[in-house]
Amino acid sequence: MDFPILSSLILLPSIGALFLLFANESTTKSRQTIKYVALFVAFVNFFISIYLWNLFDKSTFEFQFIEEKQWLKGFINYKVGVDGISILFIILTTFITPLCIISVNNSIKSRIKDFLIAILVMESLMIGVFCSLDLVVFYLFFEGGLIPMFLIIGIWGGDRRVYSAFKFFLYTLLGSVLMLIAIIVIYLTSGTTDVVKLYEIGIDSNFQNLLWLAFFSSFAVKTPMWPVHTWLPDAHVEAPTAGSVLLAAILLKMAGYGFLRFSIGLFPIASELFTPLIYFLSLIAIIYTSLVALMQEDMKKLVAYSSVAHMGFVTLGIFTFKQQGLEGSIIQMISHGLVSAALFLLVGVVYDRIHSRLIETYGGLVSVMPKYSILLMIFTLAAIGLPGTSGFIGEFLILMGVFQDSFLVATIASLGVILGAAYMLWLYKRVIFGKLINNDLLKISDLDKSELFILVSLALPTLFFGFYPEPLLNTIEVSVSNLIEIYNYNLNISGNNNG
Amino acid sequence: MEILILFLPLAASIISGFFGKYIGDRNSEIVTSLFVLASAFLSILIFYNVIINGYENNIIIASWINSGTLNVNWSIKIDPLSSVMLVVVTVISALVHIYSIGYMSHDPHKPRFMAYLSLFTFAMLTLVTADNFLQLFFGWEGVGLCSYFLIGFWFKKDTANAAAIKAFLVNRVGDFGFALGIFLIFYLFGTLNYDEVFLKIPELVNKEISLLNNSPPFAFLGTAVKSIDLICLLLFVGAMGKSAQIFLHTWLPDAMEGPTPVSALIHAATMVTAGVFLVVRCSPIFEYSVLALNVVTIIGMSTAFFAATVALVQTDIKKIIAYSTCSQLGYMFFAAGVGAYNVAMFHLFTHAFFKALLFLGAGSVIHAFNNEQNINKMGSVWKKIPYTWTMMIVGTLALTGFPFLSGFFSKDAIIEFAYLKGNTTGILAAYVGIFTAFLTAIYSWRLIFKTFHGKYNNEEIKIGKIHESPAVMILPLIVLSIGSIFVGFLFKDLFIVHSDNYNFWNNSIKFLNPLSNDHPPFFIIIITPVLVTLSIPISYYLFIKNEKLTDLITESNKSLYNFFLNKWYFDELYNSIFVKPAKKIGSFFWKSVDIKIIDRFGPDGISEIIKILSLKARRFQSGYIYQYAFVMLLGFSAILTYLILY
Repeated sequence: MDFPILSSLILLPSIGALFLLFANESTTKSRQTIKYVALFVAFVNFFISIYLWNLFDKSTFEFQFIEEKQWLKGFINYKVGVDGISILFIILTTFITPLCIISVNNSIKSRIKDFLIAILVMESLMIGVFCSLDLVVFYLFFEGGLIPMFLIIGIWGGDRRVYSAFKFFLYTLLGSVLMLIAIIVIYLTSGTTDVVKLYEIGIDSNFQNLLWLAFFSSFAVKTPMWPVHTWLPDAHVEAPTAGSVLLAAILLKMAGYGFLRFSIGLFPIASELFTPLIYFLSLIAIIYTSLVALMQEDMKKLVAYSSVAHMGFVTLGIFTFKQQGLEGSIIQMISHGLVSAALFLLVGVVYDRIHSRLIETYGGLVSVMPKYSILLMIFTLAAIGLPGTSGFIGEFLILMGVFQDSFLVATIASLGVILGAAYMLWLYKRVIFGKLINNDLLKISDLDKSELFILVSLALPTLFFGFYPEPLLNTIEVSVSNLIEIYNYNLNISGNNNG
Repeated sequence: MEILILFLPLAASIISGFFGKYIGDRNSEIVTSLFVLASAFLSILIFYNVIINGYENNIIIASWINSGTLNVNWSIKIDPLSSVMLVVVTVISALVHIYSIGYMSHDPHKPRFMAYLSLFTFAMLTLVTADNFLQLFFGWEGVGLCSYFLIGFWFKKDTANAAAIKAFLVNRVGDFGFALGIFLIFYLFGTLNYDEVFLKIPELVNKEISLLNNSPPFAFLGTAVKSIDLICLLLFVGAMGKSAQIFLHTWLPDAMEGPTPVSALIHAATMVTAGVFLVVRCSPIFEYSVLALNVVTIIGMSTAFFAATVALVQTDIKKIIAYSTCSQLGYMFFAAGVGAYNVAMFHLFTHAFFKALLFLGAGSVIHAFNNEQNINKMGSVWKKIPYTWTMMIVGTLALTGFPFLSGFFSKDAIIEFAYLKGNTTGILAAYVGIFTAFLTAIYSWRLIFKTFHGKYNNEEIKIGKIHESPAVMILPLIVLSIGSIFVGFLFKDLFIVHSDNYNFWNNSIKFLNPLSNDHPPFFIIIITPVLVTLSIPISYYLFIKNEKLTDLITESNKSLYNFFLNKWYFDELYNSIFVKPAKKIGSFFWKSVDIKIIDRFGPDGISEIIKILSLKARRFQSGYIYQYAFVMLLGFSAILTYLILY
């Protein structure tokens, strides 16, 4: 493979954005054209990523499509490559982005051009996160992703956008600084920031705990884990729909991916040491945020809190270091990417029409919006992990993995499944069922064609992978078992060095 | 053929659900009914084949989940046990489909209703034909989902929505146990396939595990439990949820908010028996756990008794039958608990017919009374709706176990085998069973007399307006009542008796110790039929002839009456110990912890501190040179001091 396919994936959206920068958006027609250009770029990127998946060799754990360029006089290498895990996240990104662009129609009223540029730049950065094989490159992409998001919330957000943007930035930056220091320490002690090499040589066990904590502080904020989760509901509430979608579907996954790629592989001793901490925080996230979600009056906040609970399952699964747990976590992240994206879009649909996110505004929508009701039902069921949806596969595998590690933790986590059903079904009941009392709702129109297209595109994979998750499991299987091997291998060599 | 049985209902559901708008109401009804009917005929063929030729098959349709050592397939397993369930599910479902054409004729959402019914049938079939625990769980949740849809079918009624959510959540509590049971099975056996698990059971009989032992920080609390006991108890929690056994029963009476055909199909004949099916399916595991079997027996007989007492005083015709279902499911469980799995299946089989009959009959009554469900507002209409009346009488006779109708054979067999089990719980269960049978007869006849006889008590509808239901509703009733009369007699040898050369159940049910072939003492055999027969004149006297006496009895036992009327206060109890605290804690975490603690000392606090500090720092920038010079001087001298001293 000589053609730099990964770099093209990373660069293409940015090139598209650059193009848009010089476009004129004074007329309605030119605004349409801008949108089509952005959409075209995003779709091309999606097809390239599917093509990539097609070329991808599932039978090996080696990183594929590796590209390496010297940079900064050889201090740092630009190195990208994919394995079975990262490829799924790349496809998730390229799949969600065009859908976001389509959704822009109704929700963004001003400065569409700038908004689309922000989205495309963000796509580049996020793809970069999922395929970088060098810590510094990873860091640049990872933190770079903050900037467009910060702008999206700060410029196109709701009334309290400045507060939310500031909270978002403060939290995430704090973690990031520590991670940067940790990366510098790794470079100074190991002489490289190349992830593949670091997997082989391992990291000095004396430093592992501190380094792990530094990475953890960054990932925990982004996941988000309890108690550094409070930025998320605010960010979601203020962000425009497309922003919420990107935030929930992809941005949160960068942290889960980071745990998989770096925390486990590079710091096995520390990972093992801190597993009880992760379990503890995850369980709190699951139970605590589910209870909080139960009491929310704002639909978007409810979905945001449910995201925290779902990501609690992800962190739980990752730190089982078991095949089922890790695979479950990855499936759960993909599934949550689809489902939370859809849920935020669905909230956005009624918000665009009625301009209220409060649950009490609604009720009885089923009689005026039947299509909407069906789709909301599908994603509600996927969110509560009903068999036949991708959510079930993820949750079930995670719990199965956790159970092999600790009965108690699995039992408590399973309680979260009950609570999850409670808050989602209650939300559904209050919004969709009952008598239609609010007269504003009488004139509300059902999903239009583009909304229907977006939501059905999200529903199909959610259901398909629920019945037949083989394509996903197949792709990650070898990489996950290799990751577990690396973990065990490094656990042993570091342990021996230590002893 | 097996594939057709499963996928015909699914196809019907898809056609009616997605294309109902285009093909019209009537066509949706015809398509769904015909497809499910075809499925029923094929099921009967398979059942016949199983009886005559001992046919068994295990079809793998596709692989579902492959993760590490976990491999699960989509499959259709045909063995005697699943063939019985196939017949029950598809036959009752087909009849209910046909009945619904009449019952739902005034409803604006007919295609949706039929689609749900067919979808339910499909889910139930995947449940019974699974060859592994995960597909069973899929069907288990699938039927729960359809039940949720159908209970809340009339979405404008708040009570219906609340009941739907309650059903889903209470079942989730059961599923919680079930899922943990599945995890434990995988943990111990490394597989979820029935045959592989059952094969390995004997190796693990005495294996003990510590509940908390594998969670390092809690190891010291570890208490050893026999792994088999734990598996069985966890699975049984799931069964209790689905089959509405005491403590997890609260959803079933509320589920009567759904349309009556739904109550007949899902909440009487099929879905609620899934718990019994689960226990019978897992008989190779339960047989090794004395503890679990005793728990099953005790829960079963408690439910049978509890539900019967509540049924005695209810006034809603459907709720009476719902509690009756609860109670009969209790019988099935204690049959399984004393090891008579085949008898449990037999009662499941006969019960499906007469309970569906009673529900559909009740539906016909409700239809006649224009959606009135209170039996105190009925009466004296037996001549007006003669077919419905006759069928209800047949159903009641069968339910109460009147000699030679189907319930007689199955219920008496349960009581006999419980007695023959010989241990304390068994004999206790037998006596509770006899007493409950008497209560059952009383409340059933109370229902009949209050509904059809005595004075006419409805002030809103004139008695002349009461009309018989259309043929499309009566026809399924006739089929069911034929079943209620004859299936007990016809199938009792097949289900119960097994000699050395022929055993219908083959390996699908495991008996560690063969069931006793003795006969219980004569009075055990005779007492139930006698009580049941006597109950007819007793009820007639109490509820028609001398209602004053009944009132007197209730008056003098007011507190007991209220206790029964309020269903032993389970709802109130759960509301105050689960629902309300959960909401309170949720608010507390949100408003107090998230906002007042985390945000205040987190981001808001930090920004506040920075603000204060920068305000302080601003004071320095005063612009007066003498101030700057003074600060410089201070700093300079501080450095000098430092250098000199150290």
